[in-house]
Parts: sequence; structure tokens; C-alpha cells
Amino acid sequence: MLHIVNKSPYMKSSLESCIRVAQKNDPILLIEDAVLGAAAGGGVESLVQGALKNHPVYALGADISARGLSSLTPGVKVIDYADFVDLVEQHKPMTWL
Amino acid sequence: MAKIMFVNRNAPHGTIYAWEGLEVVLIFGAYENELSAVYMDDAVFSLKKGQDTSALGIKGFLQTLPVLEDYGCEKIYVDKESMEKRGLKTDDFAIPVEVMDSAGIGKIMEEQDVILPF
Amino acid sequence: MKIGVMIQEGPSYNHEASDTAYKFIEAAMAKGHTIQGVFLYDDAVTNVARHMEPPQDDRHIARRWSELGAKGVDIVVCVAAAKRRGMKPELIVDNTRISGLGQLSEICTEAERVVTFGD
Repeated sequence: MLHIVNKSPYMKSSLESCIRVAQKNDPILLIEDAVLGAAAGGGVESLVQGALKNHPVYALGADISARGLSSLTPGVKVIDYADFVDLVEQHKPMTWL
Repeated sequence: MAKIMFVNRNAPHGTIYAWEGLEVVLIFGAYENELSAVYMDDAVFSLKKGQDTSALGIKGFLQTLPVLEDYGCEKIYVDKESMEKRGLKTDDFAIPVEVMDSAGIGKIMEEQDVILPF
Repeated sequence: MKIGVMIQEGPSYNHEASDTAYKFIEAAMAKGHTIQGVFLYDDAVTNVARHMEPPQDDRHIARRWSELGAKGVDIVVCVAAAKRRGMKPELIVDNTRISGLGQLSEICTEAERVVTFGD
């Protein structure tokens, strides 16, 4: 299953709930405000690093660029909309709104 | 025929999502699908007994919750951690539910064809 | 692959959901996938408001959906949500239609994947 998160982990617990429930190796995709959680050196970096131990973590490049994030937590893979489509093709999606 | 699960995470009444998460069951019940619902995070409060929305002038949930089963949504799961974190117990809920831990919730989600979040 | 889309958030310039959904659909169609339907629920019904007039240098969200509809994508506006918000049939853009939640149920049955965008 593909877990899509769109909320900033600084504001909402969606990413935490997602990580708690997601099965091992399920991919997690950060879109919209959730990409703020992928910025290196932030207060939620340990949460993302924890997720990376059990899951591939992706972040949508358009949202990262739009927010001017230049340095991301190592291990987070930046993808485009076409890659997003591929992830949906490979996994049934669940959006953590 | 698809296995469809409604995953409710929003608190009741502050936004319309919890209400729509119930409406959708009543309509989907007319179709041949296998339905179930999960309540986690603040949505666990949607199931609470004694909700009185009359002063808000909005329809409450207490008439709808007991009929979910009649509309084909036979399984109602509650996330244990969300419930405990908010100081709720199973007898706080207006309808019978199955309380599950995180791993259990993850497993049943994995078994679905479609998950609709509310 | 048949992909269905539900959008829960409008008023379309308030939230990024509509933009992400549109970019996702565009990319999916470019890869040859079939969009089984786009269901506009809750405040997302305002995505297709006929009289929307954004500033000239901004994207025109309703026109974008209408153009997608013209390409054969079924864009369905939830009737109950539309009525609540005063979105009558004459107030929605061409190539979109108003129908019930049953359409979402059908999308869920027929599509191989259903992706939700919202708040």
C-alpha cells in the first residue's frame, strides 16, 4: 500500500499515524505541506529518519521547489508527478488527509 | 464487487468530513460492495455516546451510527491507540466496535481494494 | 490501468488539493492510463464554478477541469454537496456533470486504483 501524506508534521499528526499503521516496506509519499517534514535539520527529522528504517520515503519535487527547500533529510527520494503515478500503479493508495 | 474501507480521522462537527464519512456509507450500501469503517485519531469522538448537537442546529450522528450495519457496513474498527490517547473506553461508544492495535489496522487496510479517507 | 480520483477540497483556490489532483491526472493520462472518473465531493464542487474569474496571471481551475472533460474524462459533481453550496447545473462549466454519490461507488468498483486528494 502507498501512504500519501499531505499535512505538515509540525501541525498535524497524520505522518505519525501513518508511520504507526503502515506495514513494513510500504512506501510513504509526502505531498503538499507534508514535504516540510523532509527538510534537513528540522525538529521532525528523527520522525522521518525513523520512517526511513522501515519504508521508502518519497517527496514530490514540485512541492519541494515551491517551498524553496534545498536540503532534505538523506534517504528521502524526490519524485515527479509521473513517478507518483507509477507508485499508484504499483500500490493501492491511502491518503492520510 | 470491491472491498471498500472508509477511514475516518477527523473530529466530528468542527468540519463536515465526519458527517460525509457517514453519508457515504448510506449510499454505498445500495451497491454490491464489502464495506467497513475505521475510526482513528480524533474521529474516535464521532462514535461517542451522548452527543447533543441541537444547540449547533446541525444533525447529529446518533441516529445514523446504529444503522450503518443495516447498510452493509458490518465491521466498525477503532484504533486502540487513538482511543486510549484521548481517554476513551469501549463503553463510551454509542455502537459496538472492534478495537484493534496499530498492526491490526494496518493489516486490514492492506486487504482493501479501495480506501476512502474522511 | 483504470484510475479513479476523488477530490474533497475546494473552494478551489483555498487548498492545493485541486492542483495536485490535476497534475496527477495529467501525468497519468500521459502514461496512457484511463481516468475512470473524477468525483468532486464536499467543497470540491466549487472547482467547476462557471463564473469563476481568477486573475489573468493565475491558473483557471474551472477551465482546466472543463478541458479535461472535453478530452473524455468523466467529471462528476456530487449533487448533495452541490445543492448545499448553491451550485446549480447551469452554474457549472461545460463537460462536467452533477450526479449522486452512487457514481463514486461505481468508480470504486470499476477502477483498479482510487486516489483521494483533499484537506
